Amino acid sequence: MTRRDLTLHLGLIAGLFALHFLLPAYHHGVFARVMVLAVYAIGYNIAFGYTGLLSLGHAMFFGAGMYGVGLASYHFAIPALPAWIIGLGCGALLALVVGLLALRTEGVSFMIVTLMFAQAAYLVILYYSEYTRGDDGLVIPGDMRAIGSWDLSDEGTRYLLAWALFSIALMLSLWLVRHPFGRVLVALRENEERARLLGYDTGGRKLAALVISGTISAAAGGAYATMFGYVGASFAGVQYSIFALLWVLLGGAGTVLGPFVGVLFMTYLNDVASGVTEAYMLIAGVVLVLLTLFAPQGIVGEIRRRFWKDLP
Amino acid sequence: MEFGPYLMLAMLEGAVLAAVLALMASGLSLVFGVMRVVNVAHGEFYMLGAVMAWVVTQFMMGLGGGPAVNFIAAAVLAPLIVGSIAAAADVVILKRLNYDPERVIVATIGLLYIIQQAALMGYGPDAKPVVAPFNERIALPWVAWGENGLEMYYPWGLSTTSYKLFVIVAAVVILAGLRLFMTRSRAGLVMRATQLDGEMATAFGIPVERVYAIVFGAGAALAALAGVLIVPIQQAHYLMGGDALLLSFIVVIIGGLGSLAGTVVAAVLIGMSDGIISVFFTPTLAKIIATLAVALVLVFRPQGLFGVKNR
Amino acid sequence: MTETTSKTKTSGLIQPTRRGALKTLAMGAGAAATMPLWARYTSAQSAEPIRIGFGKHATGIGAAYGRWYERTSVAAIEKINGEGGINGRPVELVTEDDGTDPRRAAEVLEKFANQSNCDVAFGTLFSHVVVGAAPRAGELKLPYFVCSEGHHVASGMLNRWTMQPGITDVKSQISAMAPFITDVLGKKVTMIYPDYAFGYDHRDNLAPAIEAAGGEIVGSIAIPPTETSFTKYFPQIPRDTEVIYHVMIGPAVLTFVKEMGEFFGPSRPEIFGFIDSLEATDLTSPGLEFLDGTYFWEGMPRYLQDDAPDYVTAYRDAVGLDANGASVSDPSDVSTSAHMFSCWETLHVIKAGMEAAGYQSTEDRQALIEAVEAMTLMEAGPAHPGGTKMFNGKTHQVFGPQYISKVEGGKLVVQKTVDYEETMYPDEVDYTSMSF
Repeated sequence: MTRRDLTLHLGLIAGLFALHFLLPAYHHGVFARVMVLAVYAIGYNIAFGYTGLLSLGHAMFFGAGMYGVGLASYHFAIPALPAWIIGLGCGALLALVVGLLALRTEGVSFMIVTLMFAQAAYLVILYYSEYTRGDDGLVIPGDMRAIGSWDLSDEGTRYLLAWALFSIALMLSLWLVRHPFGRVLVALRENEERARLLGYDTGGRKLAALVISGTISAAAGGAYATMFGYVGASFAGVQYSIFALLWVLLGGAGTVLGPFVGVLFMTYLNDVASGVTEAYMLIAGVVLVLLTLFAPQGIVGEIRRRFWKDLP
Repeated sequence: MEFGPYLMLAMLEGAVLAAVLALMASGLSLVFGVMRVVNVAHGEFYMLGAVMAWVVTQFMMGLGGGPAVNFIAAAVLAPLIVGSIAAAADVVILKRLNYDPERVIVATIGLLYIIQQAALMGYGPDAKPVVAPFNERIALPWVAWGENGLEMYYPWGLSTTSYKLFVIVAAVVILAGLRLFMTRSRAGLVMRATQLDGEMATAFGIPVERVYAIVFGAGAALAALAGVLIVPIQQAHYLMGGDALLLSFIVVIIGGLGSLAGTVVAAVLIGMSDGIISVFFTPTLAKIIATLAVALVLVFRPQGLFGVKNR
Repeated sequence: MTETTSKTKTSGLIQPTRRGALKTLAMGAGAAATMPLWARYTSAQSAEPIRIGFGKHATGIGAAYGRWYERTSVAAIEKINGEGGINGRPVELVTEDDGTDPRRAAEVLEKFANQSNCDVAFGTLFSHVVVGAAPRAGELKLPYFVCSEGHHVASGMLNRWTMQPGITDVKSQISAMAPFITDVLGKKVTMIYPDYAFGYDHRDNLAPAIEAAGGEIVGSIAIPPTETSFTKYFPQIPRDTEVIYHVMIGPAVLTFVKEMGEFFGPSRPEIFGFIDSLEATDLTSPGLEFLDGTYFWEGMPRYLQDDAPDYVTAYRDAVGLDANGASVSDPSDVSTSAHMFSCWETLHVIKAGMEAAGYQSTEDRQALIEAVEAMTLMEAGPAHPGGTKMFNGKTHQVFGPQYISKVEGGKLVVQKTVDYEETMYPDEVDYTSMSF
């Protein structure tokens, strides 16, 4: 890890901390949400951006974290922190099972298999509506939304926790890609055959990458549940799998900062466009097309290509 | 309802789904096979086909046409319009991306948003029906052992409509035509050559770019045709593309990438199993089981049912 | 999108249009009651508009409803402004698309509270969107008036800041329908409902209500969301079914009803449906002929009834409805009549609440909630065209008349009206005991 890497990423973290004191109320709330969703995107980036696993089912991991937390708090009155750890466990376990099966496939088949598993997971949420309240979802009781004396429904506490979670995920992802393990993942993405010939256990690495990715996604889902107090099936739907892909591709797949930039960009694109016209989806669509035409490696990827060759 | 007639009814319904799915998925398969790109906007072309069918029939009704004439006009015009839109999108956008798979995914997601929003603004949020050219309810007979040996009777609820049968027949005819076109015509030969080896095709003087535009347009036109066929049964709605897209993805992959025959067989399998599984389980559970079954087929046969390994 | 409705700008309080003024006068008693407000307006300290945030389902699955919810709200705001606004201040509608999505809806509430300085938020229909957004309303301490008909408010799962004063909930609707179903149509009922959110309110409440009325549920079929073809499920309807109870929602509803007709052919059982299955859908659409002679629940009649009182016609004219419940400018643009009246009534409740609380600024939000909680009887009239209602401050839920209509010649004709007294059920929550 070079000093320049560290300066850049710690700088972003410091900047986000400073924004806690500077942002007006509305944008303060938006940033808190962006940071939690960016953790989800960081998780996705490890599978897709670095390892080349094009999954269209990551919403199930996000959902596993969310429902792990939600069901534990709602039905068993388990407080926020232990519930969050349960959510992490659910995500890791699901990622392990899905990985063992789905990693037998690759490429587009992998994409479809993950999509199908996620669709089944979504339907399972609806099927057990007795416990999950299906599509309606659950509102997490207020007294479960606290860690000790920190009230997670408080705007300030929420922002700082989102910031802490984001910082950990960001640094973890930076560390991972600079670590030999991360470099093997990139090698897998670039040429799996060669990596195997070099003696790497490619299957094991891919599984490990998917489990790490799923667990981070679940961490985001679980945090979202306690922080915003709502658990709903729409977060486990195919749309959220596509969002993850979109954010990462837009920000720059295989870059550490890309996921955050992608989420921030899409969020504000929708927000600003919806202020201008009811047809904001149209604007979002046009921008997406333009980006693929003129910044094919995503925003951060483009910066890396043009200005900063060894940006992680 | 008794088991036998129920199963038959479910299979009939499954066959209608299979027919529409086969048409739509063969469009996707064609694009994937020849161009090697995933077109996420494929479902929106299906939706556009249905919406255009509504537009054309409304327009024709203004001219005083009967349902049959209107429907034929829709079946001809809607795929043409949608195919042209798609071909234009190929030339304007996809060509400039050099058909890079990942970039095409994002670009077609963008296209999806654009088409969906345009449909919402131009067509509106309601589901609107198109009158079927003919739609008689046909009660179907069933045979069972009775007191006097084999008896034929009309069980409660066992019926279909003439239009649904027409959809099945139409899909079979169109797909047979497509197969003939791909195997017998020069244009089909050119497409298959491009599919096998784009560079070699270029070297032999095949205008690959033009082939791509035509293939992309033809793929979209097939989806649009599926949309036209379904709209008298299901109505046109601006969000109808999403689920159709997922289903046709599944069909294409299960059938084996780029294999048109495989796609058709997979469509029949998926359509029929959707119908048949619904006989045995409560509806949502049936969907879960069908979904997992598809996933597991792929897990244990990753190249699809008819794909060749490591192509 | 942030859109201040152009109508409020041009024909707001300061220069009421002639038409608006005439209409106001024509409303007779209703207008007289509000006359003093004119005086109050001139002496009001602040002419800053009261801003009402409207979360509109402009895109996503609820788009057909969102369009009509907006039209009704705009008409109500125009009427309120024409009668002097609220506490002498003009009212402005701030519309944002929530995409019929819980996450976006929560963001939209933040936008209302923190960016566009709205005094209150209102208007959400789809229940998963309400459930997803309501916790944020509680945290933001933003009064949140929903028009959803879900049982979520009265069941106690939401919070003190979320109220439903303009539309009745499914539980009370069902308790009103059950006696009619068993007495008139048949004792053996099969229900078909969507396997999500809104379907569960029906699933959970219909069986007890039907049993209490002396009938029984012989079959219960939950249809998965995203399903587009239905025939394959109909054989699960038990053969001895006397009544089919259907309630579907979403773009495939027309297919559902049509395929049900094709399945049964000439020998159908009695059919009772919630109009949700066919909101925004023309009953004369091809394939719906078989509905003739079947029954529907309505929250407010779609078709202009012969005995409609003046305030109902005034409401329909203001919203722009023709006698068939479609837009006056486009007869094929059918409204969501059975639900959208709740926007009109809710806005009038907000007005009454703000006046009772002497609402001045966002500081008075809590007083507004308390003022609405104190409300009870809401007499039918220009402010409540849907009929006389009773508000329960403890459960934050209103109870009102329910209409049972029969399809006759492609039109819905009201057969029976059940008054609010018969739709009440024991309280499940007391929000007034919760803290703000």
